[in-house]
Amino acid sequence: MASESTRVNVPGAVSGNGWHDQDHVPGIKSELLELNMGPQHPATHGVLRLLLQTDGEIVYKVTPVLGYLHRCAEKIAEGVNYKQWVVYTDRFDYLAPMCCNHAYVTAVEKLMGQEVPERAEHIRVAVAELSRIASHLIALATFGLDMGAWTPLLYCFREREEILNLLERISGGRMLYNYMIPGGVRYDVPNDNWVADVLDFVDLMEHNKLPEYNTLLTYNKIFIERTADVGVIDAATALDYGCTGPVLRGSGVDFDCRRDDPYSVYHKFDWQVQVGRGEMGTLGDCWDRYIVRAREIEQSCRLIRQALQQLPEGSYQALALKAIVKAPAGAAYTRVESAKGELGHYIISDGGQTAFRNKVRSPSFCNLQVVEKVGVGQMVSDLVALVGSLDIVLGEIDR
Amino acid sequence: MKLMYDFFTGQLGLDATGANISVASVMAVIMFTVMALCAIVLTWMERKVAGFMQSRYGPMYTGRFHGWAQAVADMLKILGKEDIIPAESDKGLFKFAPILVLLGSLLAWAAIPWAPDFVAADFDLGLFYIFAVSSLVVIGILMAGWASNNKWALYGAARGAAQMISYEIPLALAAVPVVMRAGSLNPSDIVIAQQGGIWHWNINPITNPFLFIAFFMYFIASIAETNRGPFDMPETESELVAGYHTEYTGMRFAFFFLAEYANLFLVSMIAAMVFLGGWWAPIPVLDRFIPPALSFIIKGMLLVFLNMWVRWTLPRVRVDQLMHLCWKVMIPVSLLCVVGAGVWMMALGQLK
Repeated sequence: MASESTRVNVPGAVSGNGWHDQDHVPGIKSELLELNMGPQHPATHGVLRLLLQTDGEIVYKVTPVLGYLHRCAEKIAEGVNYKQWVVYTDRFDYLAPMCCNHAYVTAVEKLMGQEVPERAEHIRVAVAELSRIASHLIALATFGLDMGAWTPLLYCFREREEILNLLERISGGRMLYNYMIPGGVRYDVPNDNWVADVLDFVDLMEHNKLPEYNTLLTYNKIFIERTADVGVIDAATALDYGCTGPVLRGSGVDFDCRRDDPYSVYHKFDWQVQVGRGEMGTLGDCWDRYIVRAREIEQSCRLIRQALQQLPEGSYQALALKAIVKAPAGAAYTRVESAKGELGHYIISDGGQTAFRNKVRSPSFCNLQVVEKVGVGQMVSDLVALVGSLDIVLGEIDR
Repeated sequence: MKLMYDFFTGQLGLDATGANISVASVMAVIMFTVMALCAIVLTWMERKVAGFMQSRYGPMYTGRFHGWAQAVADMLKILGKEDIIPAESDKGLFKFAPILVLLGSLLAWAAIPWAPDFVAADFDLGLFYIFAVSSLVVIGILMAGWASNNKWALYGAARGAAQMISYEIPLALAAVPVVMRAGSLNPSDIVIAQQGGIWHWNINPITNPFLFIAFFMYFIASIAETNRGPFDMPETESELVAGYHTEYTGMRFAFFFLAEYANLFLVSMIAAMVFLGGWWAPIPVLDRFIPPALSFIIKGMLLVFLNMWVRWTLPRVRVDQLMHLCWKVMIPVSLLCVVGAGVWMMALGQLK
């Protein structure tokens, strides 16, 4: 079944003028059906609105309409000081807030020229990777749900719950941690056997739970039928649209900020970047993006294990740091590999307590744009699969 | 049935027409009660089964014991909900659609034989009638989707119509070999022909392998016919919001809900009747201890469980794959079953 491509040739589809005002049956004027997918729709993963023009089941034009979750976070950055703004980064990608914390604090540290203790870097890697696992679990779960598989959703949430418990023990928050600060992390690793528990969880995840998902969902025949050869983003398109993260790697481009633009202490650890290989169909289809995430969970497990086993003694915060930090005038840009892709912060400072301007480059925003091109000519069901496989989070798109 | 008829003519002194009307009324009340009850039980069961599959509990509080009263409480709650009719809708059709959907599954119950001589309408075209009236549901769904004046509902309805009309064919075709074997379309006769323990049931692959295949064809088609996962095209929560019943609230929504479970129970009972020996227990000795209706319901419930198991395990297929499966796989295989079963019976001299 998968061999029969559902893609059709759409004359002038991108401009949307190909179908209008054509008489397909003499005397009967046909027009495209305009359909609002969202802002309240179960498949849009938040308050995303997709304006569709459809002919029956075939989509002829997709226009993402954004802005329903805009909270002026970048403007707020100009009013609160550097340490205070960490809390707003939590709200970007609320499924992996540790990665967002990490992205921001590295930018501030670069701006200030602040050194970070080795121990803090190890803790950061561990919690950011835990966050990444949590985010990828949601990605797998909701993608499965988009495909109509309910049970994997609950299984993934069960494991995510464990991660939330672990992160609660280290940071005090279950979802929004506000854990990292410029120059370190807010709290040290708790004494209550936290490291051992994380290592236990990582083992469980890698050896027990991932094979379970694979049996239930990944190699399920129907699931492969639904995702292989669907929503194919070729490498050139992915690069043109600035896709990053699992979306880019799913298209076969071997790029990961953690390896190619090293930050923190990722260069110390032994792990591999996962790239889609087009195993079930075309390279860059939904299944490839799915499997890249599943395999990245495994790699994150390896990273966590190494980061915590080699956890050095010492301070978890830079001691010289004052309550209110000032950055020298200048600008800094850093990027980290968040769960969704390349998350960048560009901070301009005029020497005061607050940033003069803080621009965020969010991966979901760039990844989403690709639906405008790839969504055309797909069936409505495949569009749902495509949006699901991009794993967008609206908190990050609208900021 | 004869007993009841005699009671009305003998004890109450009614004439034939009066007795017939009385019997029909009593049976209608019984059937409706059973259907409403089974829908409530199945809602609860679905939630418990889903919970079991998903490593959680499901309802646990209402009614103390494993939340048994949850479905009852939900029904009461839904009765109190506001009944919203969209301003732009086709109001007459909008109101009529849920009734028609429920009617489709309700009417079919008339011809289901629960026990020897306990069937509301015992007539020779029974099986044909069951398939015929249960396709009324399609009209109801199309009506609901159209009348709602909602694009998602229209999508759901269009998908639903295509799907259900297509799957009627393998569903009915899968039952044809059984009719050939029993030599009758009368449900009671089909069940009676399977007397004598599990060995004589139509599903037995040794007696006739084509009937065995036909059972699976029927089972798959029945999942599609009831619009349940992995073939829940008309609803597809993640694509079409809620499909054809997007705009429905309160009791009208509950009607669709009831109809879904009544339909689920109906197709399972038909499968039990046609392939699994109806009211006969697996071992003839047990027939003396187990009431026939109970035996029948247990089989139906097992199939319902199987149906739920499938729903909570598999992802959903896409609408064109669904059609592909129907027209290019299931219909040819079902036709093959009909021909194969015929040849088999002719060769072994089983034809009646």
